[in-house]
Amino acid sequence: MAALVELRDVVKHFPVGRSLGEIVRGKHPAVRALDGVSFDVGSGDAVAVVGESGCGKTTLGRLMLKLVEPTAGSIAFDGTALAGLAGESLRGFRRQAQLVFQNPFDALNPRFTIYRAVAEPLLNAGIDKSEHMDRVASAFRRVHLPDLDRYLDKYPHQLSGGQLQRVVLARALVLAPRFLVADEPVSMLDVSVRAGILALMREIRDAMGLSAIYISHDLALVRYLCERTLVMYLGRIVEDGPTREIVRRPLHPYTRALVAAVPVPDADQLRQPLPIKGNVPDAREPPSGCSFRDRCPYAMPRCSAETPQLRPAAGGHHVACHLD
Amino acid sequence: MILEVDGLEIHYDTRAGGAREVVRAVDGASFAVPEGRIVGLVGESGCGKTTAVRAIMGVLAENGRQAGGRVVFKGEALDEAATRKLRWRDIAYVPQSAMSSLDPVYTVGAQLVEVLTKRGNESGRAARARAAELFDLVGLSESRLADYPHQFSGGMRQRAAIAMALALKPSLLLADEPVTALDVIVQRQILDMLRDLQQRLKLSMVLVTHDISVVAYLCDDVVVMYAGQVIESGPVREVLARPRHPYTMGLRNAFPDLMSDALELVPISGSPPDLSDPPPGCRFAPRCPFALSACMTGSAMVARGSDRTHLSACLRDDEADLLRKAALDPATWLRSSNFATS
Repeated sequence: MAALVELRDVVKHFPVGRSLGEIVRGKHPAVRALDGVSFDVGSGDAVAVVGESGCGKTTLGRLMLKLVEPTAGSIAFDGTALAGLAGESLRGFRRQAQLVFQNPFDALNPRFTIYRAVAEPLLNAGIDKSEHMDRVASAFRRVHLPDLDRYLDKYPHQLSGGQLQRVVLARALVLAPRFLVADEPVSMLDVSVRAGILALMREIRDAMGLSAIYISHDLALVRYLCERTLVMYLGRIVEDGPTREIVRRPLHPYTRALVAAVPVPDADQLRQPLPIKGNVPDAREPPSGCSFRDRCPYAMPRCSAETPQLRPAAGGHHVACHLD
Repeated sequence: MILEVDGLEIHYDTRAGGAREVVRAVDGASFAVPEGRIVGLVGESGCGKTTAVRAIMGVLAENGRQAGGRVVFKGEALDEAATRKLRWRDIAYVPQSAMSSLDPVYTVGAQLVEVLTKRGNESGRAARARAAELFDLVGLSESRLADYPHQFSGGMRQRAAIAMALALKPSLLLADEPVTALDVIVQRQILDMLRDLQQRLKLSMVLVTHDISVVAYLCDDVVVMYAGQVIESGPVREVLARPRHPYTMGLRNAFPDLMSDALELVPISGSPPDLSDPPPGCRFAPRCPFALSACMTGSAMVARGSDRTHLSACLRDDEADLLRKAALDPATWLRSSNFATS
């Protein structure tokens, strides 16, 4: 099946403030938020993007929605390059690709009623007002807020976190999109409520045949959402594979450290020392070759000379590492 | 016991739409911290865990007051004057946002020295020596004392915040969500450091968190709070492996576990009660799949238990083993969803 979203060698650099020395020497330092990322999202697929803060995962999501432009490389949606979209074709793309915000408490305008918040995308897309109520009602049914009248005239502060996150989802679904990018969609919610939202997102995806990207720092959570996971480190994908495989048999030394560091709710767990050293290096000046090499317990001379590319490995993984 | 909290009641006076209201943020909470142990105080937002430690520390918000109960530290019941004397010297506190509350215009070292001279009345010279010692203790290089907060990573700022709390050599450390905003690898490094500090300095610790995985990794004992009350407490291994209160059972099911084979998390439907007007009886009863009509009346249960270490505040505690088995079935938790939507 053809991919819905295709990324090829996508690079995104953000210029940063220059020091006096850098100005004198004519240097233009940049944070390399993304440094050559390629992958496909198939129709109906759910892909998790995990990594620590600063790894580029949020930038990746924003690029896929054309909220920022890549420095180099190409992104295509349904066979059409995003770079060429403008006017009506851009509006068409905006209807089909939606963002689900991280923090439901910030995502809605506090002075808009719930109805206005959910109907706003319809207004922006130029859909006739006579259709708004029906579409809002159907989006509310999808997120299991059936008694519409209880919510529509309320304001965000009158709703609980779980209800708000359902409203944020309804707003993302009201245009019946084909592609969702959800950036940490449940990280602000309490545990007992979070589980319900995760189940809801899976149900919606299956029912609407959506493709989705879930961006998260939490490997333990995405396990319940996505069959496939990409692990990012300093602007690159270091491992890509079936989520279960990545959790059970991580191949890249960074993924191994990440999996080992995730705490589990079991007091009898093995407490092994972390197989990693130091901290994430400065994204303005990552190490040459493999950017993980100075923290890697297995680093060898080749790792500083040659940047490892993603290659197929056991268990359906792809891994960017020189180790066999 | 280095610390005993006995029937603690903390009320906040608020105005909701002009009407005066009293929010019972902590409503009869009792728990104890044995010497040299790390106790996890766990629960969801609004359960009263942060208010409880702020009350122990004597740093409640202005509209908060202790309406009942007592806090006993090393055998002495604390009043305001006693708390002020002990604060920072014997009982120290790492507030929730400590790592982001460092002053951006002073070096981290200057801020640490200020803590030592102002709170500890140390001379400048002694304070500078002690600051270097403290940095070493929390795994920061002495040379970083001259850095400004923006030159520190999140993990380093959290280490600095912990160094400040430990400045006057307290015997009890209260830490509120010390690893919450950190990435997992940094989180693990800070948790390992806390355990190491506890052992080297013979500290006792209370760790406030919403994360039962953090409790499982670090803590010896756990106190589970719900709607201002302690509903279960005991040794971590016991409570997580054999929870006796239905809320703890539900929390266990709802919590992601990287290593389990389960494909679904099971939510607890509904939401916690309004603490300005809490329901009679057990506060979890409206969300509990095992609630009987007797659970919805009378006053709330106080945690109890036959072995005196693992306590649970449930009317059906005698049937805990049966309930735990039923709680493992996701269908059990669908039943209570008739009452409310979260």
